[in-house]
Amino acid sequence: MRGALRAAAWLAAAGLVALGCGGGGEGANEIAVGHVASMTGDTATFGRSADEGMRMAIEELNGAGGALGKKLDLLTEDDRSVTEEARTAAQKLIQRDHVVALLGEVASSRSLAAAPEAQRAKVPMISPGSTNPKVTEVGDYVFRACFIDPFQGAVMARFALGELHARRLAILFDFKQDYSVGLADFFRDTVKKSGGEIVADERYTSGDIEFRAQLTTIRAANPDAIFVPGYYTELGLIAKQARELGINVPLLGGDGWDSEKTLEIGGEAVEGDYFSTHYAADSDDPHVQEFVKRFQSKYGSTPDAMAALGYDTAGILADALKRAGSTDGPKLRDAIAATKGFAGVTGKISIDEKRNARKDAVVLQIRGGKFHFYRTVSAD
Amino acid sequence: MDNLIQQLLNGITWGSIYALIALGYTMVYGVLRLINFAHGEVYMMGAMTGYYTARWLGLATAPGVAGLALVLAVSMLACGLLGAVIERVAYRPLRSAGRLAPLITAIGVSLLLQNTGQLVFGADPKFFPALVRSEEIFRSGAIAISNIQLTVLVTAVVLMAALEYIVQRTRFGRAMRAVSYDAPAAALMGVPVDRVITGTFVLGSMLAAAAGILVGLSNPKIEPLMGLMPGLKAFVAAVLGGIGSVPGAMVGGLLLGVIETLVTGYLSSTYRDAIAFVILVVILLYRPTGIFGQPQTEKA
Amino acid sequence: MSRASLVRLAGAGLALVALHELPLALNPYFVTILARIGIAIIAAVSLQLVNGFTGQFSIGHAGFMGLGAYASAAFSVYLGAGALDALGGALPAGLARLVYFPFPLVCGGAVAAAAGLVVAVPTLRLRGDYLAIATLGAGEIIRIAILNVDAVGGARGFSLASAAHPGVDLRFDSLAGVYGVAALVIAAIARLVYAGGGLAFRAVREDETAAESLGIATTRVKVEAFLVSSFFAGVAGALFAHSEGYIHTNSFSFVRSFEIVTFVVLGGLGSLSGAIVAAAVLTAAPELLRGLGEWRMILYSLLLIAAMILRPQGLLGQRELWPLSRIGAPEAREKADGVPRA
Repeated sequence: MRGALRAAAWLAAAGLVALGCGGGGEGANEIAVGHVASMTGDTATFGRSADEGMRMAIEELNGAGGALGKKLDLLTEDDRSVTEEARTAAQKLIQRDHVVALLGEVASSRSLAAAPEAQRAKVPMISPGSTNPKVTEVGDYVFRACFIDPFQGAVMARFALGELHARRLAILFDFKQDYSVGLADFFRDTVKKSGGEIVADERYTSGDIEFRAQLTTIRAANPDAIFVPGYYTELGLIAKQARELGINVPLLGGDGWDSEKTLEIGGEAVEGDYFSTHYAADSDDPHVQEFVKRFQSKYGSTPDAMAALGYDTAGILADALKRAGSTDGPKLRDAIAATKGFAGVTGKISIDEKRNARKDAVVLQIRGGKFHFYRTVSAD
Repeated sequence: MDNLIQQLLNGITWGSIYALIALGYTMVYGVLRLINFAHGEVYMMGAMTGYYTARWLGLATAPGVAGLALVLAVSMLACGLLGAVIERVAYRPLRSAGRLAPLITAIGVSLLLQNTGQLVFGADPKFFPALVRSEEIFRSGAIAISNIQLTVLVTAVVLMAALEYIVQRTRFGRAMRAVSYDAPAAALMGVPVDRVITGTFVLGSMLAAAAGILVGLSNPKIEPLMGLMPGLKAFVAAVLGGIGSVPGAMVGGLLLGVIETLVTGYLSSTYRDAIAFVILVVILLYRPTGIFGQPQTEKA
Repeated sequence: MSRASLVRLAGAGLALVALHELPLALNPYFVTILARIGIAIIAAVSLQLVNGFTGQFSIGHAGFMGLGAYASAAFSVYLGAGALDALGGALPAGLARLVYFPFPLVCGGAVAAAAGLVVAVPTLRLRGDYLAIATLGAGEIIRIAILNVDAVGGARGFSLASAAHPGVDLRFDSLAGVYGVAALVIAAIARLVYAGGGLAFRAVREDETAAESLGIATTRVKVEAFLVSSFFAGVAGALFAHSEGYIHTNSFSFVRSFEIVTFVVLGGLGSLSGAIVAAAVLTAAPELLRGLGEWRMILYSLLLIAAMILRPQGLLGQRELWPLSRIGAPEAREKADGVPRA
C-alpha cells in the first residue's frame, strides 16, 4: 500500500512538472488566439454563444487568407463558470500556449479575474460582453467590444420616461449578476434624476424560476412599466408569471434579453415589450443579414447578442492585427486602441480613450412573436 | 388583503413542489438514514424526460390532460428506474460503511448527473412545452389563479394521497414503515429489506419526477442544474416537517413554500434562498425532530 | 534542541528559500496551481480536525474560507494599504511585506473563528446528519450575507486594490509564504491532535457518551475543534484572496465545501497526510484533465463514486504517511501508551 501510494505521489508530481514546463508555443504558420469562456457551468450558454460567434469569424477570416499571411487558431479554455478558473485559464493560454491576444470573458467578475494576468503579461485582452466599467480600468491592455452599464441603464431609463411617458417605474433585477445590478443602478439613478419615481425595487437570483412573490409586490405598487435588466434565462418566466398575475404594463430590458429563447419561453407574455441591444437581426443592413444567414446554416440557430458580440470581437482583433502588421504585444494593443468605425454586426464600433466601445444602441420591440427594430439611440 | 391571499396561493402552489421532492428525501432517510443528495438531480431528470417525451410525441400541438398524464407516467417510470439503479449501484455497496461514505457518494452521483445532463442535454435552458394551455380561471380584484396553478395543486394532492395510501394501507407500506423503525428486526421478521429499500427509492424518485413535470408546467424553464437548489430546500422542508415522517414532508414542503413566498414578497427578495437555511438552523436548534418527528434514540 | 531537530529545521529553512526563488524560474500558471494546492491543503487539514479527528460532520467550510477571504481583503484594502505603504518606505521591500502579511491573515482567521464560535455553540448540540445540514446552511447564509455587503463589492466581486493607495501591491503570491503557513498549520493541528490532550478529540469521535462519562467536556472539545478549524479556514481564505487579487462569493459556495469534504474523506477520515495528499491530487487533477473539456467533471465525479465504493475508509484510513504524530508529542516515543496524564 505504502509503495503504491508513493508511486502515485511521484506520478502526480511528475504530471505537475510536465504541466509546469513551458510547453505550447505557436506553429510556424498559425497565430494563436486565446478565448477564456464558460463552456460548462451555470453560465455555459453565454460562453458557448460567444465562442460560436468567434469561431465563425475566425473561420471566415482564415478562408479569406487569415491575417499577416497566417491562419488564426482559436484556443478556447473552459473556466467552468468559476471565477478563479478564469484566471488560471488566462494564465494557461498566455503562459503555455503563448496566445497573441486574449478574448473573453462574458461575465464581468471573470473578466476582472483574468484581466490582471493579461495586463501583467502585456497581452491585449478584449472582452465581448463584460459591461462593468471596472474591467477596462484594470489596465491599458484591457478592452471591450460592448457598451458599459452606465450607458445602457440610462438608455432604457430615458426611453421609459421619454418615449413611454412612464412616471412610476418598478425594477426587478438579478442581484447575483453584476451586469443586472449595474444596469439597475444606472437606471435607478437616471430615473430619479429625471423626475421619475421608483415605486418598487425587487430582486431575484439567476437560476430562480419562481417570481410570483416579487411580482405580486410590484403589482401592488401600480407601476407604469417594469425594468427587468436580467438575462433571457429568467426573463421569459418573469413575463409569463407577470401576465398570469394580471400585470399588463410593458416590460423593459437590456441586451440580456437578446436571444430567441426570450420569444420561445415568453411567447405571448413578451408581446409589446422593449429592450435595448447591440443589433437587430431584422436590420436592413446586409452585413447583419449575411451574418445571421451564415450563422444559421452553420449552427442551426439564430445568433443571440453574445454570438454577435463574439463575432465582432474576433473581427476587431483581426482588423487590429492587420493594422498593427505584427503580433507584438504593444503594437497590437495600440492598433486595437485605434479602432475607429469598425463595421461590426453589432454596429459601428470605435474604441474610446477608456478602451470601451462607443457604439449606438438599438431599442427593439417584440411584436408578432419577433424582434422588431424600434429606434436607434446614439452613443452621444 | 388581496395581496396576502395571492401570496398565500403562490406559496402553497410552490410549496407543493417542495413537498413532492421532500417526500423522496424523507422516505429514503427513514429506511436508510441517508441524505440522498442526488435526489434533486432525479427531479431534474424527471423534467428532462418529460421535455423530450413531450417533444417526441408532438404534444405541444395537442395540449390537454391526456398529454399531461402520459408525460407524467413515462417520466415517473423512467425516474423510478433511475432511482433504483442509483440505489443498487452507488448506495447498496456502502450499506455497512458508516454514514459518511454514502453521503459523499451521493454528492458524487449528484455531480455526475448534473454534468452528464449538461453534456447530453446541453447547458442551455429549455422551454417545457405547454401541455396545458394557460388560462386564467379565477379573478377577483387583485387575486388571480390560473388553471396551471390549479393543475399543479390538484396533481400534487392526488399523488400525495396515493402515497399516503401506499404507506398506510399496503403491505409494501407496512414493510417500509417496519424497516424505518428497526431494520434488523424487520429483517428478522422476514421483511425483504433490500427490496423494500429499492422500492422506497423507486417511489421517492417517481414523486420527484412528477415534481419536475409540474414545475415544467408552471415554471417552464428547465436546465441540467435546476435540481441543486430545490433539492436542498426540499431537504430543509423534510427536516422542518420531521425527517422520516411522510405527512411531515408534505406539511414541511407547503410551509416552506409559504414562508419563502411571504418573506420574499413582504420583507426582502434578497434573502429568498437564505430563508430555507435560516429555517433549517432554527428548527434544528429548537425542535430538531421537526413538526411531526419522533425523538430518535442515538444509535450506538 | 537535539541535533536531528536542528538539521530538520535547517532543511525546512532551505526548502522555504528554494520555494521563494522558484516562482521566478517557473511559469506563472504553474505557480498559481501550486499556490492553490497549498491553500487546499490548509483547508483540508483544518477540516480534518473537525470531521476526521473529532467526528463532527461539518460541510460548510467554504463559508468560513469566504469570511476569511473577504475580511482579510477588506482589512488590506481599507486599513492595511496605508500601513504597507509606510512600511515599504521604512524597510526593504521583501521585509516590509513579510512583516505586513501576517496581519491580514490573522485578521481573516479571527473573523472566521468568531463566526465559527457563533455557528458552533448552538449547532454542536446536534448529532450526525443534522449537524451536517446545519453547517451547510450556515455556510450558505454566510455567503449570501457577504453578497449583500456593498463595501466588499457584492455581485461585482472585490478587487484587492486600495483607492486611497493605488500604487501599493496588496497581493501576496509567494509560494514560500503559502507553504510556510501550510507547514505551520499542519504542525499546529498535528500537535493539537497527537499530543496528550488530543486524545479527547478522538474520544469524542469514537463514542461521545462514553467520553462524557469519563469526564471529558465533550461540548467544549467540539467547540474548540470547530474554533481552531474555522480559524485556519479563514487563514486559507485570506491566502486565497491575497494570491488571487480578486474574489467573488461564487468561489465560496457549498460546491467548494463539498470539494474540501471530498479531500478529507478520500484521504481518510482521521489522517492528516491523507487529507494533504488528497487535497494536492484533487486540486491538480482538474488542470491535468483540462484537455478533456466537458468530460473532466464527469470523470471526476465517477472517480469519487468509485473510490467510495471500492475503498470507503479513504486512502489512508486513520494512518499517517509521515510521522506527523511525532510533531505532536515528541515525548510519546518514551510513553508508548499515549494516555494523557494530568
